[in-house]
Amino acid sequence: MFSLDESERIRGAFPELRELVNGVPLVYLDTAATALRPTGPVERESTFALTRTAAVNRGAHTLAAEATEAYDDARATIATFIGARPNDLVFTSSATEAINLIALACRLASAVGGPARFALSAGDEIVHTESEHHANLIPWQEVAKATGATLRIAPVTDGGVLTVAAVESVLTDRTRVVAFPSVSNVLGIINPVRAISDAAHRVGALVVLDACQSASHTTLAVTESGADFIAFSAHKMYGPTGIGGLWGTAASLAEMPTVLTGGSMITRVDFDSADYLPAPAKFEPGTPRLTQAIGWAESIRFLDDIGMDRVADHESSLGAELYRLLSAVDGVRILGTDEGVDRVGLVSFAVDGVHPHDAGQFLDSKGIAVRVGHHCAQPLHKRLGVDSSTRISLGVHSTLAEVEFAVDALAQVRAFFGVA
Amino acid sequence: MELESLYQQIILDHYKRKVGYGIDHGGYPSHQYNPTCGDEINLQVLLSADGNTIESIEWEGTGCSISQASASMLAAESKGMTLAEFETFAGGFREAMRSRGEIVLDEEEYGDLASLSGVSKFVARVKCAMLAWVAAEDSVTLTRGSLN
Repeated sequence: MFSLDESERIRGAFPELRELVNGVPLVYLDTAATALRPTGPVERESTFALTRTAAVNRGAHTLAAEATEAYDDARATIATFIGARPNDLVFTSSATEAINLIALACRLASAVGGPARFALSAGDEIVHTESEHHANLIPWQEVAKATGATLRIAPVTDGGVLTVAAVESVLTDRTRVVAFPSVSNVLGIINPVRAISDAAHRVGALVVLDACQSASHTTLAVTESGADFIAFSAHKMYGPTGIGGLWGTAASLAEMPTVLTGGSMITRVDFDSADYLPAPAKFEPGTPRLTQAIGWAESIRFLDDIGMDRVADHESSLGAELYRLLSAVDGVRILGTDEGVDRVGLVSFAVDGVHPHDAGQFLDSKGIAVRVGHHCAQPLHKRLGVDSSTRISLGVHSTLAEVEFAVDALAQVRAFFGVA
Repeated sequence: MELESLYQQIILDHYKRKVGYGIDHGGYPSHQYNPTCGDEINLQVLLSADGNTIESIEWEGTGCSISQASASMLAAESKGMTLAEFETFAGGFREAMRSRGEIVLDEEEYGDLASLSGVSKFVARVKCAMLAWVAAEDSVTLTRGSLN
């Protein structure tokens, strides 16, 4: 864990942590939903917007050239952070859009008969997992509907663990796509990404990895993941909303059909046809998300300055302590085991006799912000035998004192609602 | 905002007691679901033979204390109302819930339901309190439709 001094320094970067919520200091334990914004990246974004706004990839004037350069630099910064080449990183509006671009490419390819890697037909299979959240589930349901492909679901154990064997159990020679998360946003368990990717590739499937929950908590090394595509979003990495990333291997991006078209992505255009630029431009029609890219890159520098290894170590140590303390609270049932698995700093749980909405409201009255509900993962909750849960998720600014404060508050919840 | 202004004891009592819980008769239940929290309710309004008076309200469901207490209180307070009375009653309740703390429900008129007045200050919880009411209005429409 970070020293107290370092923690104080990091916390100083987040103005919201100095705010009072309902008259009490904010304890923000909802980073997995959206991360707070540090001052530096927001100031960089606003200064850029106020002094350097101009059209990217258009015009020869100085500001336009500088805007283009800044946009390219932002892409390079983010790409380097995930161990990727800049041209293999496509900016999207969100991780959800990134996954949809792949799914829509599959539907388009299926309709027009190619390219083969993206074209599915009746009898083909799409594998996803019980630990999926809606963003990496619904787009594939739509692909199945449109193409006649079948959805196969890799089960998790009662402890929420997704094993390679479970994925292999639903792989067949008809498996065309395997979509899974690096970390479930409900369970916090780090999945065996490389081994699942390799198993999927052995049957020739496309591997689509949702890395939203790991991108700001562990080092995301795209090539080591073995995936063909990875989706992630800026707002979970202390960056702005409205921008996300789609990384793909160069070969996958070159082959993938684009479903969004327009300006900025073309070379030659006639009235009846056009030639497209290679990736990433091919997937970024229209005016780019300039200030968002600048802000995201700066949030990456913010993380880099601390060091991702140290961020991962701080959050997983603190997460382990959170798990341990919560386990000892009467009437709290944690979703997802901590035995034999690596975890990020995220724990979801049910409080016996108290609905998550009520537990969340109780915590809110003490300034503690947590997520309540199904966390966009209804099927997983059903699988684990609960309608919904309460989730505590840690960020780079989280402290042991905050974790202890939240657990203490939770220990009072059942008495308040008269069930203990 | 004080937590106690939201969770009065009477709400927690209804959360446990659940008046009208259990769908025991044939009727026209309405299923309502709150996608943000996963709360759901199945609720039916049983009308008199002439279709003008509420004989009872039966419901089942899962949800937070506010949504469950609201359903329980609705079942307790609306018994014997004419549909015209119920329409005014539900309209007043909805208006209070949307008032962001401006309207306090009259205890004479609303009985235990007046204790839900505090919910209107917690904007995220208004839907919880309204879930059973939306189902009741829908069930009345379904039931009336079946009579025509």
